[in-house]
Amino acid sequence: MKNKSLVSIDDYSKEDYLKIIDLAEEFEKNPVSDILKGKVISTLFFEPSTRTRLSFESAVNKLGGRIIGFTDAASSSVKKGESLKDTILTVANYSDLIVMRHPIEGSARYASEVSGVPVVNAGDGANQHPTQTLLDLYSIKKTQGTLENLNIFLVGDLKYGRTVHSLLMAMSMFNPTFNFISPKTLRIPDEYKIYLDSKGIKYYEHDDFTDYISEGDIMYMTRVQRERFADPIEYEKVKNSYILKNHMLEGTKDNLRILHPLPRVNEIDDEVDDNEKAYYFTQALNGVFTRQAIITSILGLK
Amino acid sequence: MSTENQVKKVSALRNGTVIDHISAKDLFNVISILKLDKIETQITFGTNLGSNKLGKKAIIKISEVFFKDEDINKIALVSPHAKLNRIKDFKVVEKREVEVPDTITGIVKCVNPKCITNNEKVRTKFTVIDKDNVSLKCHYCEKNTNHEDLIYNL
Ligand SMILES: [Zn+2]
Repeated sequence: MKNKSLVSIDDYSKEDYLKIIDLAEEFEKNPVSDILKGKVISTLFFEPSTRTRLSFESAVNKLGGRIIGFTDAASSSVKKGESLKDTILTVANYSDLIVMRHPIEGSARYASEVSGVPVVNAGDGANQHPTQTLLDLYSIKKTQGTLENLNIFLVGDLKYGRTVHSLLMAMSMFNPTFNFISPKTLRIPDEYKIYLDSKGIKYYEHDDFTDYISEGDIMYMTRVQRERFADPIEYEKVKNSYILKNHMLEGTKDNLRILHPLPRVNEIDDEVDDNEKAYYFTQALNGVFTRQAIITSILGLK
Repeated sequence: MSTENQVKKVSALRNGTVIDHISAKDLFNVISILKLDKIETQITFGTNLGSNKLGKKAIIKISEVFFKDEDINKIALVSPHAKLNRIKDFKVVEKREVEVPDTITGIVKCVNPKCITNNEKVRTKFTVIDKDNVSLKCHYCEKNTNHEDLIYNL
């Protein structure tokens, strides 16, 4: 992983995932040190994403590193029409590693090819967001004690949701069973089902929350967004079918944990927040340790 | 009429390359992909020739030029039935069919309007994930471009 950019979740192998998870565990026990002392990390946010940026910046600050960069394209030379290539070449001169978020798909791969320093993709449009997937894996490992043989429910927008697609691909290395709960129009794309079939992984599709959730180990919730529906009537019909309420969690397994990439809109009822099975806020904190693990291993410090 | 007779019909070639069985409608794409407009030696074209398989076919004869396999294979995307003859001293010394390559650089546009290759000056690059149906996966945005969506970037 040393000196290698992290652009897509496929850039890492199963062993790499496990290494990051082990390291994240170490950083969770010991999140403050000066291991990044003397290192400059650029955070280039060509579109704002406060949550992701703060997580990266917190990760770096706690390890004694310095941050330079910008928080949206309007405050940078990009506004003046500078090409991505020129921005990256310039910034690479000033930093040891670049974290970037950009609305254009494939921008992070391109940046990693022109940059002299490693690039960590913090989201390139609807394409990839690998650090989110790694923090999801860490959260699953931490709550379940293992990644192997888990029953995973993916709920909501399974058609467009990049986080669920990446999570599905990564978890497929650990012999899971998947249950998909989504409106008919937002079902998991065929290419993923073909992939699961080819690996002999069991999966079930449901239109609604079912009694099957009593078998789940992980319930991964996502937003069902109005703009994904061509027909607004269709949205009105389904919008309340994918809201998780506290009473639905009765009779579920003790080890079940609810995950959500955040921000949520209304897909998890507020009353669930106090349920011990709600894990989404801790999941966000895990992002800091996971990003510490990713940055230090790419810089060859761990 | 045999292929060899048709080859002769356009005009005899001493040394060079004959590309046959191009479907007539793809002739100009093939010319662009192989950058034949930049070649200074003699080139002859025949088009709207009869062919049972393709409807109307086209043929190109390029004097004194021998293409690299990787260049020739680029035309497989446009004209998968094309056949290639290398000619030395008026004789066919090698016959081959074009083959869809494993990767494609340039030539084709990515179907995704939000892809970096459609937004900045970045050359496209694809992995061919299905050779029979010509399906390409973008190296950058990771979206698939299928045969029916192919737009040439010439
Ligand atoms: Zn693309």
